[in-house]
Amino acid sequence: MENEGERFGPFGGRYVPETLISALDELTAAYEEATTDSTFRQELDLLLRDYVGRPSPLYRASRLEAHADGPPIFLKREDLNHTGAHKINNTIGQALLARRMGKRRIIAETGAGQHGVATATACALFDFECVVYMGEVDVERQALNVYRMELLGAEVKPVGSGTRTLKDATNEAIRDWVTNVETTHYIIGSVVGPSPFPRIVRDFQEVIGREAREQMLDRTGALPAAIVACVGGGSNAMGIFQAFRDEAEVELIGVEAAGEGLNSERHSATLAAGRPGVLHGAMSYLLQDSDGQVSPAHSISAGLDYPGVGPEHSYLKDTGRAQYVSVTDEEALEAFHTLSDLEGIIPALESAHAIAHVLKIAPEYRDRGPLLVCLSGRGDKDVKHVARIEERARYL
Amino acid sequence: MPSISERFVERRGEGRATLVPYVTSGFPSRSETVEVLTGLVEAGGDVLELGIPFSDPLADGPTIQDSTFRALEGGMTVEGTLEVLAEFRRESDAPIVLFSYLNPLLTYGLEAFLVDATEAGAQGLLLTDVPTGADPQVEDAILDSALDLIRLVAPTTRPDRASAIAAQGQGFLYYISRTGVTGAREALAADLEEEVRVLRAAVELPVAVGFGISTPEQAALIGGVADGVIVGSALIQALDEGGPDGGRAFLATLRLAMDQESTQRELTYGP
Repeated sequence: MENEGERFGPFGGRYVPETLISALDELTAAYEEATTDSTFRQELDLLLRDYVGRPSPLYRASRLEAHADGPPIFLKREDLNHTGAHKINNTIGQALLARRMGKRRIIAETGAGQHGVATATACALFDFECVVYMGEVDVERQALNVYRMELLGAEVKPVGSGTRTLKDATNEAIRDWVTNVETTHYIIGSVVGPSPFPRIVRDFQEVIGREAREQMLDRTGALPAAIVACVGGGSNAMGIFQAFRDEAEVELIGVEAAGEGLNSERHSATLAAGRPGVLHGAMSYLLQDSDGQVSPAHSISAGLDYPGVGPEHSYLKDTGRAQYVSVTDEEALEAFHTLSDLEGIIPALESAHAIAHVLKIAPEYRDRGPLLVCLSGRGDKDVKHVARIEERARYL
Repeated sequence: MPSISERFVERRGEGRATLVPYVTSGFPSRSETVEVLTGLVEAGGDVLELGIPFSDPLADGPTIQDSTFRALEGGMTVEGTLEVLAEFRRESDAPIVLFSYLNPLLTYGLEAFLVDATEAGAQGLLLTDVPTGADPQVEDAILDSALDLIRLVAPTTRPDRASAIAAQGQGFLYYISRTGVTGAREALAADLEEEVRVLRAAVELPVAVGFGISTPEQAALIGGVADGVIVGSALIQALDEGGPDGGRAFLATLRLAMDQESTQRELTYGP
């Protein structure tokens, strides 16, 4: 049904104020039109190649696999994209859509700042006005990305309400959109939000999976035994999973942030510890209390610090097609060092969660075939944050 | 006890617009909420909107957000709101519309909520994040209940959709005066009067206008073209500054301006 929006089983939908319905209809129509327009695809592919630097390499991390006592481990190097993460795959695609719709003002929310930077970058390229909402806590822990966005011409608006993180930045972006909907396109950064956003973002991120699939077949002649990706909202995971979804023998593993532990109430493991609810326009798993108030999330990684999750992940969990596990701050930090030490690759703290899980499961997969990991972003943005955390521990 | 639409008909018969004040349950405090509500009835509030606080009020501007966060800090819950409502009901028969985001009601259990809210004395339910057609299961459950499903139409709503919304709506139709979140504004949208006239001519339900109405002049102006006037953020501000008495005094100024306007109209154009 048109008004209900797209659902993934019971999840998804369009739980938004009435004011946004016409914009969601317009976006749905523009996207349908674009997907059947070969010039749209051509222009996007060209930008992905020449501007983003795709295809991103598939790198076999031999020292990591020796250390982990595991099978071949392949890293899909989204960290090597322009702006340092997978986020730009989506922002370039959505900027092209915005241009089709004649909207020249762009808003976005950001947690770690990677999506904000990727949006600001696309806006510089397309000469759009750009406003990025970012929680005050994240502005503090990702200060470098704030400056980066400003360099690119974006205005960063700190959000001081609620938990002052990604959740509240998203609320504020939606409020802006409700107010300026006639002139503004909202480039949402993950596979979350009201329909059609989860599908649009997934489709723009599917390039990760399509390339990885081809590269794996090329290099190993086979598909991986399992794919591992971190999940906050879940866009890099959805993007890489999508291309392997119909291959029943390929396991799909999403890694959430267990923060200080699942029993600590300081975590972001929505699928592991939440229950279905409605936030930011979609029905999905949600961290919430006994009165239906959204619980504050926590993760060492700002990009995973979110109490919701993309509705399609909720569907993949309930149908059993994907499994979702979690990794603590401490384990992620250790993996951050391990990958830096062994491979000379400093991963984003988000991606370090995926690496940490791979380190745990690698021995089990020794005889079952290769592991494919989505290395969704680089860790430059986290270096200062990590240094601060570890200095504190050392001198306490 | 009058129903919501009966209250609109009653006021229309008197040549007056219906005044619909919004307050957040638990603001400024839980113990004052009943006093706030009864004060608003005394000041001329006809149908009251009682907001159930939610941690992520994405349709609300800073004023109502703040009232929401403070109500939650004070321990207000869905259950607490229904208790407050039941207490109020012992003192007044003014129709109440509960105003909520969907998630707290899902957690409470929608069916149970509809029964308990009716029992506590509510007449209507408005869900900010369930637009028409978004969740037929939820919408049908409300339509099948004793509560009126209050529907919203926005300036961005296409005419054919507005008709479908009006056909589903009960009690009154809530017209959002401008794109945006709730909050007091100095100026109303330029084409508001015309849009309300067009909408009123197209639908049978009474039309009440909300979002941004903050002064007696604005209330009088809207009262002259619409069946009802909804005021929220400006009232919350008055409650914040002056407590229940401040809220009552503020609402009385709107009532007075609206009634004077209607008398003026009668003198000019005849009854």
